[in-house]
Amino acid sequence: MKRLMPALCGLSLAMATLTGPAFAQEDAAKKTQTAKTFWGVSAEKLEYRYSDADEELAVIEGDAFYGTDELKFRWLFEGEWEEAHNAWETLENQFVAQVPVDDFWDAKAGIRVDTPEGKDRVYGVLGLTGLAPYWFEIDTNLYVSDEGDASVDFEAEYELLITNFWIVSATFESLVAFSEDREIGVGKGLNSTEVGLRLSYDLFDRAFSPYIGAAHERTFSDTADLARDSGGSTEDWFAVVGARVMF
Amino acid sequence: MKKTILIAMLAGFASLAANAGEYDISVDRVQIDTGDFVKEGIGYNGASPGPILRFKEGEEVTINVTNNLDEMTSIHWHGLILPYQQDGVPGISFPGIKPGETFTYNFPIVQAGTYWFHSHSGFQEPNGAYGAIVIEPEGREPFRYDREYVVQLTDKHPHSGDRIMRNLKMSADYYNRQQQTVGDFIEESGDKGFMATLMDRMMWGDMRMMKADIEDVQGFTALINGKGPEQNWTGLFEKGDRVRLRFINSSAMTYFDVRIPGLEMTVVQADGNNVQPVNVDEFRIGVAETYDVIVRIRDEQAYTIFAESMGRSGFARGTLAPAEGMVADVPEMRDAPLLTMADMAGHRDHGGMDHGSMDHGSMDHGSMDQGDMAGMDHGDMNRDDMAGMDHSGMNHGGDSALPEDPFYAKGSGLIPTASNGGKFLSYADLKAQKPLYEDREPTREIEMRLTGNMERYEWSINGVKYEDADPVVLQYGERVRFKFVNETMMTHPMHLHGMWSILDVGADKWNPIKHVISVAPATTVYMETEVDAPGEWAFHCHLSYHAASGMFRKIVVEGDPDSTVADGKQGGQQGGES
Repeated sequence: MKRLMPALCGLSLAMATLTGPAFAQEDAAKKTQTAKTFWGVSAEKLEYRYSDADEELAVIEGDAFYGTDELKFRWLFEGEWEEAHNAWETLENQFVAQVPVDDFWDAKAGIRVDTPEGKDRVYGVLGLTGLAPYWFEIDTNLYVSDEGDASVDFEAEYELLITNFWIVSATFESLVAFSEDREIGVGKGLNSTEVGLRLSYDLFDRAFSPYIGAAHERTFSDTADLARDSGGSTEDWFAVVGARVMF
Repeated sequence: MKKTILIAMLAGFASLAANAGEYDISVDRVQIDTGDFVKEGIGYNGASPGPILRFKEGEEVTINVTNNLDEMTSIHWHGLILPYQQDGVPGISFPGIKPGETFTYNFPIVQAGTYWFHSHSGFQEPNGAYGAIVIEPEGREPFRYDREYVVQLTDKHPHSGDRIMRNLKMSADYYNRQQQTVGDFIEESGDKGFMATLMDRMMWGDMRMMKADIEDVQGFTALINGKGPEQNWTGLFEKGDRVRLRFINSSAMTYFDVRIPGLEMTVVQADGNNVQPVNVDEFRIGVAETYDVIVRIRDEQAYTIFAESMGRSGFARGTLAPAEGMVADVPEMRDAPLLTMADMAGHRDHGGMDHGSMDHGSMDHGSMDQGDMAGMDHGDMNRDDMAGMDHSGMNHGGDSALPEDPFYAKGSGLIPTASNGGKFLSYADLKAQKPLYEDREPTREIEMRLTGNMERYEWSINGVKYEDADPVVLQYGERVRFKFVNETMMTHPMHLHGMWSILDVGADKWNPIKHVISVAPATTVYMETEVDAPGEWAFHCHLSYHAASGMFRKIVVEGDPDSTVADGKQGGQQGGES
């Protein structure tokens, strides 16, 4: 973490200079005639999962932002509540600053705080998010934990319009760690993948879109061993039901 | 000599004194009932749309505007030539009108025709703050009519303007429900073959652009004079009448294709200025434009005024009838158009489709200056690039020869055609009835590239958003030639406040005089402006959410009639039709 702070400070400085010229002008109409700051709250996933091993989970992936075209502050939340243990299996809070680096891509930097059942971790985050050619939404991040372990996650999503209201979204997520962090069940190498397919219907604008679908989670190599050792499963199929919300 | 001037001046004062009108307008929270939904909005004198203000050319008007809202407001007199302090743009003309305050506008009416007024504060205009202005000319009009109606169009949305802006920023396709689907893919595969369809989708996907990106904000109910299609605004006539219809597009975002099945329309005025009459079956009205048409009705039957949105996501409907309650058939909307590669000139350097560098200079059809319409070939430069790569996009209509209009890129998907196969009005048909200014060479040219990033919903001029831009400085007495190069795939209605926009249709001194110039995707359009109004003015895309996203500039006119900087001071400072 200590090593990361200077880098983050540098980045925020760079961002401050980037947005600087915008405040230099004194034309009063720039305020009255321009919509400058925006906010939004959404949850890409807000769902109940039922596994082939009779596990029950509640999963939330939330996102709240405030900012301008040039600089946004984002709070990203990810949680998995496990019914059987009455506990948060996953509980991540990311606080990042986001700046555009290209027509279609944004860079992110900030911190991630994990406080699930079990050991806590704090990470520095550097990420890239945006739209790749052929409409793939991509989000990828490099994490460096307070234990000095580095990992990279990668998420891709593709939306297929059955109609303009019925939408199938295919998602792929993976996590690769560069070193082992046994305490939190992370092995070196490819940790896990998750593939999902969800059919949603835009019920109220794009504000509330209920969906049903399926997800498949799998852990690999060392991570799978760690999971087996702690009595967990290494491969799960889930039926999911939930809603995408955006305000 | 001196005596006559004095007498003329005295006479002028006398007529002013005798001809001074005072008007009161209150800005109020109102309920807007579209027939589809009821929404709280903003209106004038307790209603949206507000009243029709009827002025007379030569009148000195005093307008007391009382703000009954709990936020700042303003009224901009769209298209009126007036002192800049009266123009109503907060931060440029004046500070705005505080809650509870009354602001008094005072200016002479120096023109005639159809105009409108609206708030220039926040998204009050899309929320309902608009009304019509009709100015009766001093002299006789060059056409006859027995009765007249204002036909004011708008695109009332169930969401507030702030919400729409925020949603667009979160997801630029939030309101686009015309995107191509799996069903479209299958259908098109049947017509054109699977591979061709796949290649087409890959090509657009590679650019991360959508063919269906024509209307950013769908889901509105289109209104005529505040009435939805079901509420059916009706204008009465008597058999044999010539009826003048003053069409005003007060939409936040929507262009309309307007027709009255069974009636030919004679266009006599555009943006308040008389044009040489053109008979048309249909016309497209850009956001903030006005067109006056005259219809001669020989039969005792009802006629539908049908205004489909350009992207066919909604329509406005009204009726002309000999008696209240009579209706005519309401046509089905035609299929939604799709953009083609020809509309994408500005985007071809993105997304790895590198077919050599895009030279915007080469889009400059110099022949336009000579008035050679055949030479105005905006899209031509794309042809080589496109050969062999665009298998289906070009000709989505299919069969017949492509329609042409010099104000659209060649092969554009947006080129309009009349539903009855007849005449569709083009900008190229507009010729001034009486030139307002002496024709002269422009003193300089200013290029304005219309730019943006659809995915981020950022809009700009020359790649710079208003918040980061310096004002455009003009000198009093210049004649500036503006070159608009649309590098986006959206159509932008560009509006210059305070001074006329002389649209170059290649007709030299007969070029029409407008206040909004619509620039279609991948085209270059020229307009000239006689810089005859000192002060500070706004210039912007009149699509509300484009303007607020940065497609906006402050224009500063330095100098004044007493200290003319450039040559060629004009007699036509008064503006308006003579």
